[in-house]
Amino acid sequence: MTAPSTAPTDTTTLLDFRNVEMTFPNGTVALRGVDLTVKRGEFVTVVGPSGCGKSTLLRIASGLESASDGTATLATNRIGYVFQDATLLPWRTVLANVELLAELQWMTIAERRAKALKAIELVGLSGFEKNLPRQLSGGMRMRTSLARSLTLDPELFLFDEPFGALDEITRERLNDELLKLFAEQQFAGLFITHSVSEAVYLSTKVVVMSGRPGSIVDTFDVPFPMPRDPDIRFTPEFGELVGQVSHALREGHS
Amino acid sequence: MSADTTTSVPQAGTAPRRRGGNGPFRVWLWLPPLLVLGAVIAVWFAVSASLGSRSFILPTPDRILGVFLREDTRNEIFAGMGVTIQTMLAGLLAASVIGIVWAIAMSQAKWIERSTYPYAVILQSIPILAITPIIAFWAPDGFTARTIVCVLIALFPMVSNTYFGLQSVDRSHRELFKLQKATRWIVLTKLQLPAAQPAIFAGLRISAGLAVVGAVVGDFFFQQGVIGIGALLRKYQARLQMEELFAGVLLASLFGVAVFLIFGLIARLAVGKWYDFG
Repeated sequence: MTAPSTAPTDTTTLLDFRNVEMTFPNGTVALRGVDLTVKRGEFVTVVGPSGCGKSTLLRIASGLESASDGTATLATNRIGYVFQDATLLPWRTVLANVELLAELQWMTIAERRAKALKAIELVGLSGFEKNLPRQLSGGMRMRTSLARSLTLDPELFLFDEPFGALDEITRERLNDELLKLFAEQQFAGLFITHSVSEAVYLSTKVVVMSGRPGSIVDTFDVPFPMPRDPDIRFTPEFGELVGQVSHALREGHS
Repeated sequence: MSADTTTSVPQAGTAPRRRGGNGPFRVWLWLPPLLVLGAVIAVWFAVSASLGSRSFILPTPDRILGVFLREDTRNEIFAGMGVTIQTMLAGLLAASVIGIVWAIAMSQAKWIERSTYPYAVILQSIPILAITPIIAFWAPDGFTARTIVCVLIALFPMVSNTYFGLQSVDRSHRELFKLQKATRWIVLTKLQLPAAQPAIFAGLRISAGLAVVGAVVGDFFFQQGVIGIGALLRKYQARLQMEELFAGVLLASLFGVAVFLIFGLIARLAVGKWYDFG
């Protein structure tokens, strides 16, 4: 595996999947023989058809479910998890929502307030601290959700198709902001999506999964330097890589 | 209240209006029911007049309101209403506490739900009038007896609504807490109970209405001690004091409406910021 172009010196493996299998009690095989690592400094994106077990992969990584066979090793307990929807508590303001995880980790009020305000600033929601989730747009709710995870200073960020429900423009803006955060906050990422261009744009490595039972059919290193210029999406090199990933996706699906 | 959407009158050439309406059209919200009230009162006077010498069985509205102008009858009815309100509040408070604690217990252990929820449903189906003689026999005093009737009648909506609310938490919200290794207590206090608030307040409104019924029914059966409005009604009925009887019914009904509005308002003040009651 080639190191990403901006590889930090520390490349500890944060997540290590060895031959992970997942069979649900009803007999459905969701994952078969998955080997996957996420190292410090990496942003790994998993693309695959719907129902291929991508989300299951993430749920195993986070510990929400355990693999029925193989080993999944997590080398940090500082993980951030961003769900498909923003999962904000509707009765809490933006500030109180962002404070939630820190609160559940028993941080002091002063500490979690400071962390929350900083995270809110990082995702560009300053001034909306007192708003309730219902007063926010879908994109702003997702930013709030991101800020909430940022308060824990995660070393590994897990994203379960977080921008899937957003419109194209909001999605691209959030992609850019996520890349900025990735550069600034130095977390490693494991990102699930079904959008190939999103995968290539965000990642240092793209993993292609086949349809059910999900297994890894191909892996691509993304050579473009970080921080990424949004216009990279219109270069022939980018288009070429998107084409290769799409091709692998089609092969794996048939 | 949802009633305001049904009283709207279609207006030619106006865009579909939001509920509540605005400006001069607001008149269409309260005018139709007022017209109906006026019509009912007019018919009332007419019927009463046509009864001639037997008009005492349907006293005219002015004579009923006159009851409130006479100090002795006014004081008697208001005192009775006061007793009934006390019973209703005590019963509602007890039903809320028991209902919420019961629902929390069921949400914490499946076996408690399995073994006790059927009895909540059965409780709901007991004809309350059928067991009042037993309550009368056991209760140490009238107030306790009346309060027990209130609790029995008002308990079910609190139990079922609270339980439903506690169980309605989204799976992803539960997982959000699970990822932080939150304890059951934290999940209950920071997730389930806040999420259940709309259901709890909706249940409280229903229970409050039922508690009014329970308090009046309780009064009606338990005449010991200070008597409430229900017992007064019985007395007026026995003595053929029809004006006072109608006045008592009117006051009790107004109280029921007030309770409905007040508890609706309480619910909206408590959770209306983030939850829309349909």
